[in-house]
Amino acid sequence: MRTPPCLLSLTLDSAVHNLSNITDLSPFPDHILIELFLRTLRAGKLTERVLKLFIATGKDEVFSLIQALNIQVTVTPVLPTSKLMSLSIKDDEIDIVIGALRPDLTSFMNEWRTIFSRFHLIIVKDPDLKEELKIPEGFNLDVYKKPDIDRVVGTSTSTIFSGYSCRYFGYLVSRKKYIISVDDDCYPAKDNKGILVDAVAQHITNLTTPATPFFFNTLYDPFTEGADFVRGYPFSLRSGVQCALSCGLWLNLADYDAPTQALKPEERNSRYVDAVLTVPARTLMPISGINIAFNREVIGPALLPSLRLGGEGKFRWETMEDIWSGMCVKVVCDHLGLGVKTGMPYVWRNDRGDAIASLRKEWEGVKLMEEVVPFFQSVRLSREATTTEDCVAEVANVVKEQLESKDPMFARAAKAMVDWVKLWKSVGSSTSSPGA
Amino acid sequence: MVEPATATQAAAPVMPQLKDELDIVIPTIRNLDFLEMWRPFFQPYHLIIVQDGDPSKTIKVPPGFDYELYNRNDINKILGPKASCISFKDSACRCFGYMVSKKKYIFTIDDDCFVAKDPSGKAVNALEQHIKNLQCPSTPFFFNTLYDPFREGADFVRGYPFSLREGVPTAVSHGLWLNIPDYDAPTQLVKPLERNTRFVDAVLTIPKGTLFPMCGMNLAFDRDLIGPAMYFGLMGDGQPIGRYDDMWAGWCIKVICDHLGLGVKTGLPYIYHSKASNPFVNLRKEYKGIFWQEEIIPFFQQAVLPKDCTTVQKCYVELAKQVKEKLSKVDPYFDKLADAMVTWIKAWDELNPPTAGSVPNGKAA
Repeated sequence: MRTPPCLLSLTLDSAVHNLSNITDLSPFPDHILIELFLRTLRAGKLTERVLKLFIATGKDEVFSLIQALNIQVTVTPVLPTSKLMSLSIKDDEIDIVIGALRPDLTSFMNEWRTIFSRFHLIIVKDPDLKEELKIPEGFNLDVYKKPDIDRVVGTSTSTIFSGYSCRYFGYLVSRKKYIISVDDDCYPAKDNKGILVDAVAQHITNLTTPATPFFFNTLYDPFTEGADFVRGYPFSLRSGVQCALSCGLWLNLADYDAPTQALKPEERNSRYVDAVLTVPARTLMPISGINIAFNREVIGPALLPSLRLGGEGKFRWETMEDIWSGMCVKVVCDHLGLGVKTGMPYVWRNDRGDAIASLRKEWEGVKLMEEVVPFFQSVRLSREATTTEDCVAEVANVVKEQLESKDPMFARAAKAMVDWVKLWKSVGSSTSSPGA
Repeated sequence: MVEPATATQAAAPVMPQLKDELDIVIPTIRNLDFLEMWRPFFQPYHLIIVQDGDPSKTIKVPPGFDYELYNRNDINKILGPKASCISFKDSACRCFGYMVSKKKYIFTIDDDCFVAKDPSGKAVNALEQHIKNLQCPSTPFFFNTLYDPFREGADFVRGYPFSLREGVPTAVSHGLWLNIPDYDAPTQLVKPLERNTRFVDAVLTIPKGTLFPMCGMNLAFDRDLIGPAMYFGLMGDGQPIGRYDDMWAGWCIKVICDHLGLGVKTGLPYIYHSKASNPFVNLRKEYKGIFWQEEIIPFFQQAVLPKDCTTVQKCYVELAKQVKEKLSKVDPYFDKLADAMVTWIKAWDELNPPTAGSVPNGKAA
């Protein structure tokens, strides 16, 4: 039997996990400082800020270690993001929520380490997954498995979190302002210049700069560096509205449905489109859950697990849950005067699954969209719906009234939406502020 | 730092597409030296040159181009009293070229626009891309997150209803500009050094119900589908406003395209815009427009065309009526403009008599 780790070791591990909250290392005794330094290095968490903390202690041993290892203070190569990000967003306002549908997250986490390690992560294990999760060391994270989910919402409710919907549990228990979520089969992408894309930074930039849904800007995002509003853009609309949702894209395996991918088995997306744009008001689109970020305080309850296909599976092209949820979110955003952006950041989506095998399962999803799209295009919310929860409840009502006769799936979806609002109110943290 | 392309000959297509179905309309007041740069791409096509300003001046056209040229005297002769609807001392006069053309497609470009380079350094054949845009369907009813699904290497994403994947005919292809961006005067004054160096490799359909600022610098359209709505308004000499010609046309065509179920695309191709006009001169021209657009845009956003408007001309005349009713109170200019819009349609129909048994272009939404 292995000797359990000593208290000191556990403390040091905890310190490494909570580095983002440490502002002063001078109280540490020298030998502990060195050990902490080495563990931080091993965990891949020696950022410029942390290095400066160590240097600020003034301890000779730290300096000799830095010299011996030839560690240099380099300017962290951040991608061109708005200056706003570094000024007003603290790392502790962000949660990264990962739904684990596959047990071995080692390569996923390691590939994302340089980008994710600053932040707190919430990993939710698909309750249907039997194997143990494998997660590498060095991250500040909370892992939720079926027993945890059962404990928080009850065993009968926990079924709503099966499959890709497990991530919604993460949204529910998060207490942060911004959430970023990517599928567990996606890695960081490289842009046209070969530089690694910091998807988190780009999503945060999208969420913290205004959106412009009321008039189309032909030079795309006017708040990005090197761009602006074009001639003919009304000045009264140039301050924009708050952006609630940022939808990223995917290189390599694009988010196609099974028939499309089956028809073009070799097709891979290699086009990196250097743009972010606001999706105009009242324009709907398929919002994919593969690479998404949102302002949880403003729009949290509207991202919800509700539509579940009869044959829903463990590949994206065997689901429609995110598409359905995305329609709700867009309708709610349009009603509350919030913005939705699409475009960068890109992630690299790995090849996985067999489109032809999935054809049979997703066919019902494909058919459903024929009803779903015209339905959402016609939804109009009442003036009294001023909070996100109210909006979601109203959408649920309309779904029940208009769609339940078409397919029992819709009736179940409507009920799930109503239940979700209740769950959000009881378990979720402070609810959203009224919309504009 | 972006630069215009120089090795254009290498990029010219062996078989120029649609050379008998497309006219290139160019307004000019100075000279047409810029055509030398475009020669490999433009030479197979017929040019319609609309000479603005002093008609006694001779505009030199580089040799080897097949063209017709109209100055103010020609415009007055051809249209008679109806010539009042064509602007003078403003590039808005270019719409006269649309009217006299007999081709299906129009490509219009400013005389300070050159060939751009894509990120790989290759010269961009703007004409070829516009033709592709116009010949592929648009998808205005539902937004595709991977942009134009008909481009090579792209498709409709998961969740896009199959019933909407056929798309609708594309009426307008709106291209963009590298180097000097199309900013208004206030923005130019604040950012005189800003250059557009971002090559966004996308074409997308502007969704139904969404208006946009249409720039006439790099524009192509299907004359059969939307031609009569491409009136560039009353600008320039004797008018209280300038630099809103293309904007006005853009708002009109978008409302009409939305009504008739036609598509408008924006994005590629890029051209290289070389000259920044004087921002103080621009400010004087645009000044009124900057205030008026606050009223104009809600007007267009709320404009509804009745179901019996099944042709572009009917839609346009109806729109003119609504302009007179609702915008005259903003300024008497709009009263004049509404009249000019009707005059334009009359002139259009005179020069382009409908052939026997012609069908309405597009169907009302």
